[in-house]
Amino acid sequence: MMIADGIEDEEKWLAEGIAGIQHNAFYLHRAVDSNNLREALKYSAQLLSELRTSRLSPHKYYELYMRAFDELRRLEMFFKDEERHGCSVLDLYELVQHAGNVLPRLYLLCTVGSVYIKSKEAPAKDVLKDLVEMCRSVQHPIRGLFLRSYLAQISRDKLPDIGSEYEGDGDTVMDAVDFVLQNFTEMNKLWVRMQHQGPIRVKEKLDKERSELRDLVGKNLHVLSQIEGVDLEIYKDTVLPRVLEQVVNCKDELAQHYLMDCIIQVFPDEYHLQTLETLLGAFPQLQPAVDIKTVLSQLMDRLSNYAASSAEVLPEFLQVEAFAKLSNAIGKVIEAQVEMPVVGAISLYVSLLTFALRVHSDRLDYVDQVLGACVKKLSGSPKLEDNKATKQVVALLTAPLEKYNDIDTALTLSNYPHVMDHLDAGTNKIMAMVLIQSIMKYNTCVSTAEKVDVLFELIKGLIKDIDGTLADELDEEDFKEEQNSVARLVHMLYNDDPEEMLQIICTVRKHIMAGGPKRLPFTVPPLVFSALKLVRRLQGLDGEVAGEEVPATPRKIFQLLNQIIEALSNVPSPELALRLYLQCAEAANDCDLEPVAYEFFTQAFVLYEEEVADSKAQVTSIHLIIGTLQRMNAFGVENRDTLTHKATGYSAKLLKKPDQCRAVYACSHLFWVDDQDGIKDGERFKLIFRHNWT
Amino acid sequence: MVLVLAIGDLHVPYRAPDLPAKFKSMLVPGKIQHIICTGNLCIKEVHDYLKNLCPSLHITRGEYDEDARYPETKTLTIGQFKLGLCHGHQVVPWGDLDSLAMLQRQLDVDILVTGHTHQFKAYKHEAGVVINPGSATGAYSSITYDVNPSFVLMDIDGLRVVVYVYELIDGEVKVDKIDFKKTGTATSHSAH
Repeated sequence: MMIADGIEDEEKWLAEGIAGIQHNAFYLHRAVDSNNLREALKYSAQLLSELRTSRLSPHKYYELYMRAFDELRRLEMFFKDEERHGCSVLDLYELVQHAGNVLPRLYLLCTVGSVYIKSKEAPAKDVLKDLVEMCRSVQHPIRGLFLRSYLAQISRDKLPDIGSEYEGDGDTVMDAVDFVLQNFTEMNKLWVRMQHQGPIRVKEKLDKERSELRDLVGKNLHVLSQIEGVDLEIYKDTVLPRVLEQVVNCKDELAQHYLMDCIIQVFPDEYHLQTLETLLGAFPQLQPAVDIKTVLSQLMDRLSNYAASSAEVLPEFLQVEAFAKLSNAIGKVIEAQVEMPVVGAISLYVSLLTFALRVHSDRLDYVDQVLGACVKKLSGSPKLEDNKATKQVVALLTAPLEKYNDIDTALTLSNYPHVMDHLDAGTNKIMAMVLIQSIMKYNTCVSTAEKVDVLFELIKGLIKDIDGTLADELDEEDFKEEQNSVARLVHMLYNDDPEEMLQIICTVRKHIMAGGPKRLPFTVPPLVFSALKLVRRLQGLDGEVAGEEVPATPRKIFQLLNQIIEALSNVPSPELALRLYLQCAEAANDCDLEPVAYEFFTQAFVLYEEEVADSKAQVTSIHLIIGTLQRMNAFGVENRDTLTHKATGYSAKLLKKPDQCRAVYACSHLFWVDDQDGIKDGERFKLIFRHNWT
Repeated sequence: MVLVLAIGDLHVPYRAPDLPAKFKSMLVPGKIQHIICTGNLCIKEVHDYLKNLCPSLHITRGEYDEDARYPETKTLTIGQFKLGLCHGHQVVPWGDLDSLAMLQRQLDVDILVTGHTHQFKAYKHEAGVVINPGSATGAYSSITYDVNPSFVLMDIDGLRVVVYVYELIDGEVKVDKIDFKKTGTATSHSAH
C-alpha cells in the first residue's frame, strides 16, 4: 500500500474522498427521511468505505473522518428511533454485521452499540467489551486509531461508573476501567506501529505525523482520570501499573515521553505523591533517548505547586519521603543513562533543588545533599567547558541565595564551596559578583571571622589571580567594577565584639594580601577605615589585660595598620599611602599614643620626600600634612617642633611661589594652637617666616 | 523656585558601601535643578548616579577622588545668589570659621559650600553664608565622631534661600530648615 508522497496528490485524493462521502450522504439522507433502513445501511456502508483509504496522511485522514463522523451522528438518531425503522436494537446489532467490509462494519457496530447501551437492554459492560474486542480486526495504524477513537468518543458518557445510569451490578468500575485500559493499550500499539508502516520516510516527517495523532491516544488517560469510581486504591493497584506497563513495553521514545507527561498532567497530584515510588520506578526503564529531565522537572514543579497550595499537604510529603525518592530516582537515571551530557544531569539537580527549596525550605540538609550529589557528578567529569552546563551550575548556586535572602545560610552549606571549585575562573567571578550583590541587596552583615574566611574563599576569583588568568588581561572597566564591589563588601563585615571584629580584619587582610599590586589600591583603603572605626570603639581601653591572648587594643591595631599600608609600597601608591598614614596619625593622637602618631608622621614625610614628585600632588599632600598636624595635641614640644619645622621647610620649597605662600601661611597655624594650654608662639613663627621668606 | 542639592563626602567605596536606602528613595531624577558636590565621591559610579539625578552637576575635587580633573574651586550664579564650592581640605585649620570666611571673600560669593569635616553646618558669617552638607553616607571622619548621614537641599527664590537639611538619625530621616535673606550686599538669616 503506497502512502501519498506528493502533497498535490493527497489533496486530490482527499477531495475525491470527500466527494464520495457527500455523494453517499445524499442518498443516505433520502433513505433516512423515508425510513428505509435497508437503503440507509447500504449507503452508510458505502460512505464509510471512503475511510478505508491508505493514501492519506493523518492530518488529511482526520478531515475525512470528521465528515463521516457527522453523518454517523445523524444515523445514530435514526437508529435510536425504533418506531421509524421498525427494527429492534438487538436485531439491528446483528444486521449491521452483514456489511461487506470490516471497517464500515465496525463503525456501524459501534454506532448501534451506542444505541444499544442507551436502551439498557444489555449491561453496558457487555456491549463495550464486545466492541473493544471486535475492533481488533483493524490492524492498520491510522485506520485503527481513528476507529478506536470513535469508540472512545461514543462510549465516554456511557461508562458503567459509580453514580452513572449505566452502573450495573458487580464490579462495575473495574469494567469501565478495563474497557478504557484495553482501548488505550491497543491504540498505543497501533500508534507505535505507525513508524514501521510503508516505505522508509524521513524521520522528522514521521515524527510530525505521529505527533498529530498523539492526543487520540492520550485522551484515554484523560477519560480514566475522569471516572468517578477511580479512587486512589484503584489508581494505585490497577490503573497506574497497567499504564506504565504499556509505556515501558512499547519501547518507543516518542510514546514514552508523551505518555509519561500525560500521566503527570492528567492525574491529581495527591495520587502522584502516593504512588511516587512506582511512578519513578518507570524512569530508568525508559528508552535512553527520552528527555527524562523535562518530564521529571514537570513532576517536581507540579508537586512544588501542590505543596505551596496548602500547609496541610506538607506532612504528606514528609510521610511518603518524597524528597528521598526523587533524589534516588534522579541518581538512578543519571547512572543508567551513561550517555547523558553533564548539562542534563545538572539541570536535573537544579529541578530537584528548586523542589527542595519550595517544599522543604527549612531542611538545609536536603539542599546540601543536592549540592553534594552535583559535586560528585562534576568530579567524575572533565572540567566544565560547556556554556549551558556552566549556566546551570550558576543557577544551582544562585537558587539558595534568592530563597534565603541571607548569605549566612549559603555559607553554612558545606558543599557550596565544592561546587564553586568546579567553575572555571571566569564563571567563578560571575558567581562571586552574584554573591556580593546578594549581600548588598539584602543589607546582610557577615559577622564572624570564620564566615568571612569561607566567603573570601568563595569569591577568590575576584581576590586574586587564579588558574593562570592574569589581571592584566582584563578589561579595565570590568576590573575596576569588580574591585570596587570587593571594597564595598568589606563594609558589610562587622561584629559588635571587638575581639571578633579584629579577627575579621585579620582574615580579610590575609586574603587581600594575595591580591597583587593591581588590587591593593582598591582593597587596602576600606580595610584601613574598618580598622580605624574599631580603634575609635576601643578608645580609652589602652592597658593590657592579663590573659593568654592579648585582647584587641588600639596599639595592636595600629601595628596591623602599619603593615597593611606598607603593602601599598609594592604597587606603588605613595599618595594614597600618605593619606592613610595621616588618618592613622590622627587616630593615634586621639588615643594619646604619642610615639605611634609620631611614627605615622615620619612615614608620611618619608613618602613625601621620596615618592611624591608631581608638583600639584605635592601641594595637596603638604596641605594634608599641615592640616593633620594642626590638629595634633598629643605631641610634646620637641616632637611637635621637629614636625612643624619639616612641614614649614617643605612648604617653602614648593615649586610655585603662590603655592609656597599659601602653604607657609597655613603653617602659621601650627604655631598658634587655640586650646587651653596652647602654644601661641608668635615670636617663633616670625622667625621661621622670615627665615624662609626673604 | 530653584532646587539645589548640596551633597558630598560619600567616600564610596572606601569608607562606605553606598548611600543609605532612605536617601536613595528620596532622591529621584527630575526634581532638582542643580547639584553642587563638595567632593570625595570617590568613584565614577557615584558621579554617574549624581549625573542621572540632575545633568547640571558641579563638583570640586576631594583628596580621595578617583577623577583628578575636578577643579579645586568652583563658582556659579543661581538666581540672585553667587555660590562658591570647595572641598575644604585645602583650608587649614579644617573647619575654621575665619579661614573659610577668607575663602568666601576670595571667591566673592554669597554662599560658600564646603565639606571635608563630615559635619553639617549652615550659618551666617560676616558677609555670607557657609554651608557644609556633611557626609551623605555617614562616612568615617578623623575630625568628627559619630557622623550621621546628611545632605542639604536649597530652595532659592529671589532674594531668599531656604536651606533644608536631611539627616538620618537612628534609622529615621529628620528634616530641619533655616532661612536666609539677601539684603543688598549682605545676607541676614533667621533660623527655625
